[in-house]
Amino acid sequence: MSWLDKISGSRLLTEGVRRKSVPEGLWTKCESCQSVLYRAELERTLEVCPKCGAHRPIGARARLHHFLDPEPRIEIAAGIKSVDPLGFKDSRKYTERLSEAIEDSQENDALIVMRGQLMGLPLVTAAFEFSFMGGSMGSVVGEKFVRGVNTCLDHGIPLVCFAASGGARMQESLFSLMQMAKTSAALAKMHERGLPFISVLTHPTMGGVSASFAMLGDLHVAEPNALIGFAGPRVIEQTVREKLPEGFQRAEFLKDKGAIDLIVDRRDMRERLYKLLSMLTHFKPPLAA
Amino acid sequence: MNLNYLDFEQPIADLQQKIEELRFATQGSEVNLTAEIAALEGKIVQLTEQIFANLTPWQVAQLARHPQRPYALDYINGIFTEWEELHGDRHYADDPAIVSGVARLEGRACVVIGQQKGRDAKERVLRNFGMPRPEGYRKALRLMKMAEKFQLPVMTFIDTPGAYPGIGAEERNQSEAIARNLFELSRLRTPVIATVTGEGGSGGALAIGVADVVMMLQYSIYSVISPEGCASILFKSASRAPEAAAAMRVGAQDIYNLKLIHEVIPEPLGGAHRDPAAMIASVKARLVEHLERLVQRPMTVLLHDRYQRLMNFGAYEEPQVVTHLKAVG
Repeated sequence: MSWLDKISGSRLLTEGVRRKSVPEGLWTKCESCQSVLYRAELERTLEVCPKCGAHRPIGARARLHHFLDPEPRIEIAAGIKSVDPLGFKDSRKYTERLSEAIEDSQENDALIVMRGQLMGLPLVTAAFEFSFMGGSMGSVVGEKFVRGVNTCLDHGIPLVCFAASGGARMQESLFSLMQMAKTSAALAKMHERGLPFISVLTHPTMGGVSASFAMLGDLHVAEPNALIGFAGPRVIEQTVREKLPEGFQRAEFLKDKGAIDLIVDRRDMRERLYKLLSMLTHFKPPLAA
Repeated sequence: MNLNYLDFEQPIADLQQKIEELRFATQGSEVNLTAEIAALEGKIVQLTEQIFANLTPWQVAQLARHPQRPYALDYINGIFTEWEELHGDRHYADDPAIVSGVARLEGRACVVIGQQKGRDAKERVLRNFGMPRPEGYRKALRLMKMAEKFQLPVMTFIDTPGAYPGIGAEERNQSEAIARNLFELSRLRTPVIATVTGEGGSGGALAIGVADVVMMLQYSIYSVISPEGCASILFKSASRAPEAAAAMRVGAQDIYNLKLIHEVIPEPLGGAHRDPAAMIASVKARLVEHLERLVQRPMTVLLHDRYQRLMNFGAYEEPQVVTHLKAVG
């Protein structure tokens, strides 16, 4: 056997082995630093690149799973589903888009709300599923958010919401717009009861979500480099006809401008929010009491 | 083409032109064409009624944006007395896209807030085409809180393409400015009446639109995004705005049928701009009637009803939750 045969033979063998034991998607590339990353490790690091710290999108259920204590967890208003109040149709029917989103995401809509505990501190946590129609807020998202608030009011516990949304859901037009008023009004009740609301702004938080409950937190926490704003960068560029400043509408920019309190790495979210919430609620861990 | 008329109104414009020609021809002459002119005028009324009986949502949107439509200051000057405009948010600037101040409605002192568009090129720029910046919403909020403090009812006039999408507006947190107004209006301890007079453009409109009574003029629109914006995203081209307007049901009557507002105020034949005085008078009458009723109500009832109305917004389905009840005893 010549050396050439040895090399090509071994390469063929390697490829064959790889095809068998390394299934599609075991490795992935960081969009930010181009490093090749091991999927299992990314899951451990909550979808944060271990090389450069870039925050990749994370699904709502994974987010809640990592944020809340394993027990107890009660999902709030899991069953409610969107209807099509306007009979909306563009290139496709809204009802078709909904069915597809439900099938792809295995979720009923773009927001998941759970009552649970954070290191023993009881709270309600809501998280947006961005893959469900861009995390857009329609009637169901608004209603679920309000049910979450009502649970907080019933039990005198705080609310944390992880936002990731393109804004209001166009297919429900004015019904969607009114969810901005509805969610904001519910938060006024939290305020009057002296219950904390921490709004965590993740990539991206825009439009009607940004311009309602997401900007009404006692504390505004953002993940690094998250895009946060009212109007989308493209719309602004078209309106003002000038180049947008470097880092415009990114979390760091908002912190400089005074819109948010702090930027927190996803991997530290549990500890940091626990620390903040335990101070705001005068919480004493049961064991230390 | 007569630019005072929209494209679908051109048949009316043509008749109007004919009347003017006849009038011109008979000027100083012995010929009497009064009967002919009267007949043509009758025909104009008939034609206008015909055209306006079947307007598409896009045609309604064009009327809502008509450059001769009465604007906030026209309503304010025509409805209220002793109007005194108050300026600035006390932090950053005075936003001319929102006018606000105190005035009397049939003798009763009120706070009035409205989005103001410009009539000519210069004023349009000054008013930023009716697109408020954060300081405009914060000025409105300052006036709302003052209204609460001195127990003055609040009347708002909505007419905006939307909140301004600019660099400075984002830097000063446009989102928070809108959100804060929604929050505060939902619990403001004084009656609030909102009237959409032209364009109800998304969050920028809603930021002065959370109220005890929400009315829309017959040819006004209200939507989550402009028809053009919706068209460019969902229909892949801004030129398909007419379809987007229909899909989003932007018109006042549709929105009333969906139970999202309290009332539609009918407009004069051909739209508010054909008879501004009549339009302003009917808006005034509606405001007076609603206000009389609202001021009678105890504050707790007023706030409870306002909150409940907000909570009822939404269309969704919920499978019946099966609950197992244990028999007692």
